[in-house]
Amino acid sequence: MAAAAARWNHVWVGTDTGILKGVNLQRKHAANFTPSGQPRREEAVSALCWGAGGETQILVGCADGTVKHFSTEEGRFQGQRHCPGGEGIFRGLAQVDGTLITCVDSGILRVWHDNDKEASSDPLLELRVGPGVCRMRQDPARPHMVATGGKENALKVWDLQGSEEPVFRSKNVRNDWLDLRVPIWDQDIQFLPESQKLVTCTGYHQVRVYDPASPQRRPVLEATYGEYPLTAMTLTPGGNSVIVGNTHGQLAEIDLRQGRLLVCLKGLAGSVRGLQCHPSKPLLASCGLDRVLRVHRIRNPRGLDHKVYLKSQLNCLLLSGRDNWEDEPQEPQEPNKVPSEDTETDELWASLEAAAKRKLPDLEQSQGALQTRQRKKKRPGSTSS
Amino acid sequence: MAKVGDKSGCSRNKGLKRKAATEEPQEAAVAEDGTTESGVQLSKAAAFPPGFSVSEIKNKQRRHLMFTRWKQQQRKEKLAAKKKLKKEREALGDKAPPKPIPKTIDNQRVYDETTVDPNDEEVAYDEATDEFASYFNRQTSPKILITTSDRPHGRTVRLCEQLSTVIPNSHVYYRRGLALKKIIPQCISRDFTDLIVINEDRKIPNGLILSHLPNGPTAHFKMSSVRLRKEIKRRGKDPTEHMPEIILNNFTTRLGHSVGRMFASLFPHNPQFIGRQVATFHNQRDYIFFRFHRYIFKSEKKVGIQELGPRFTLKLRSLQKGTFDSKYGEYEWVHKPREMDTSRRKFHL
Repeated sequence: MAAAAARWNHVWVGTDTGILKGVNLQRKHAANFTPSGQPRREEAVSALCWGAGGETQILVGCADGTVKHFSTEEGRFQGQRHCPGGEGIFRGLAQVDGTLITCVDSGILRVWHDNDKEASSDPLLELRVGPGVCRMRQDPARPHMVATGGKENALKVWDLQGSEEPVFRSKNVRNDWLDLRVPIWDQDIQFLPESQKLVTCTGYHQVRVYDPASPQRRPVLEATYGEYPLTAMTLTPGGNSVIVGNTHGQLAEIDLRQGRLLVCLKGLAGSVRGLQCHPSKPLLASCGLDRVLRVHRIRNPRGLDHKVYLKSQLNCLLLSGRDNWEDEPQEPQEPNKVPSEDTETDELWASLEAAAKRKLPDLEQSQGALQTRQRKKKRPGSTSS
Repeated sequence: MAKVGDKSGCSRNKGLKRKAATEEPQEAAVAEDGTTESGVQLSKAAAFPPGFSVSEIKNKQRRHLMFTRWKQQQRKEKLAAKKKLKKEREALGDKAPPKPIPKTIDNQRVYDETTVDPNDEEVAYDEATDEFASYFNRQTSPKILITTSDRPHGRTVRLCEQLSTVIPNSHVYYRRGLALKKIIPQCISRDFTDLIVINEDRKIPNGLILSHLPNGPTAHFKMSSVRLRKEIKRRGKDPTEHMPEIILNNFTTRLGHSVGRMFASLFPHNPQFIGRQVATFHNQRDYIFFRFHRYIFKSEKKVGIQELGPRFTLKLRSLQKGTFDSKYGEYEWVHKPREMDTSRRKFHL
């Protein structure tokens, strides 16, 4: 049952205890998926990304250096591949043309051949990006371009099909008014659509826009928000603004044309770890250390739509980009399940008069279906078998 | 209206009350018109229009008079109703319906979805493998460092000394203007498990930072109502060196569990029941009350307690993941008054 419902989940969240949670906001149901059936802290999820073929596969990067494949169609983990090399957790995961790109904390960026065999082969390509990487992001428009940045690790854009040198290497801003070097700490990177520009948010509460097309290697626009490190960032539909979150749980939308703060969203109580906006609808999913997944509506009217308590600390999330949010097509597997339910209802009817059993065979089937739907609704945060 | 003037002229309360008493049946008759507050009629002559309220009288003295009269009448009616109810209960005896439970803010508390279910496996796993696991698995025993903010005054110093007698295996050090971020690595190398910093403002302690050491969470509390030993009335003699037992009351939510475990990890695992001392952290409405008592069982069910030791009240301001780093650390929970304190019936611990 959980397997069939898994494909309709709206949000997938990775936690610190190694559990992948699928949340269905329509039915208000959250399900746990673990590769080994038990949560394990060594498999803490640090990166999530969609796999090949639309949104049917999820690549889960765990803290022990393995990337696991999860199928949303079947609702279970299918395989894993061990991606050794470098120390630290995965800071970025991406896939292109049947290859897998991983980047770890210590700066080793590797491209692996994504075969079905579980045995790890040597990487196709290895790049050293510099220590202290906080994020590696792939350009959705040009999948062979990736950007990396981190603590004292300037923003670099790499072309995986090109040379070993970065295509764009950013330069630090000028010394501040005390003539001191401004420290660098790029926490999150996003590629702006329809241009070559990139936006980064830093641990020193700055939001910067870089333009590789211009001769200027320094940021083109800089805006600050708050007093705490910004930990996550996402683009809004429309492409003119970004939403950032900081370690205090404050979410803000910043306009990139003027560098101005537009709105703040409230509700989070802990550090924001994952943020994602829906590509067309004005929905924002956020997760953080306060163990709650929230979905906000970012315009008309602005506010909190859904709030789901998931019992572990949440590290990263994936929001499904599909349009048919509300449509829940009839699941084709229902007829398989109804006979099993039917035995229970049969016994029930048998315990009543024999006349009743004779009368209503059709009603039994529909009643069975109703009962399954009701049972699904009543269970709020059950663990899947 | 001349009559009305006379009555207000003799402003003796008793006289007015007697007159009010005689006018009650007339008031009762008027009150049935459907107006709730109006009804105070002075005499049959002055009939008030329906919908008249005491607050519309412009003369302050007169208005006050009318209001007190109305209030006395309400009180009388209420007393009469109570007596009647009591008589009915006595008349029914055993068959009387049970007394209705009064509504309190604790009763009406909004159900918190993060309340921990004891059978929940995920939460159990989370707690079994969190930063306090080594304490709860009995692999480490607590060693506490107590210090203050820079240049503490007498009250704070005495509070630290008293706290160190309450918490076993704790050491008080003078804070010589050292930065906490520099103290913490030194503590870790000397095997300390917890750091307590008592913050002081205007000569009284007002904050507490509790940091679990190897890489554990840091909780920042507001401290109020601090009473040192000599300010506690009817207290017992000073606490002995026996290890106290601990009571943690009412930490029901997930956040409450984390904070409760933090407090539990301050004390060693093996309480010495001979000492008959107990430290209590009681959470009520998000305030944590700390008390330290000595108890003695007089019989199976009767206990006598003596309060020893300092007492104070804590309120959680933030819980930060990792050791003390207020600027760059990640917060697990931050108290935001304008967002979280909107409902009087919602609590977070």
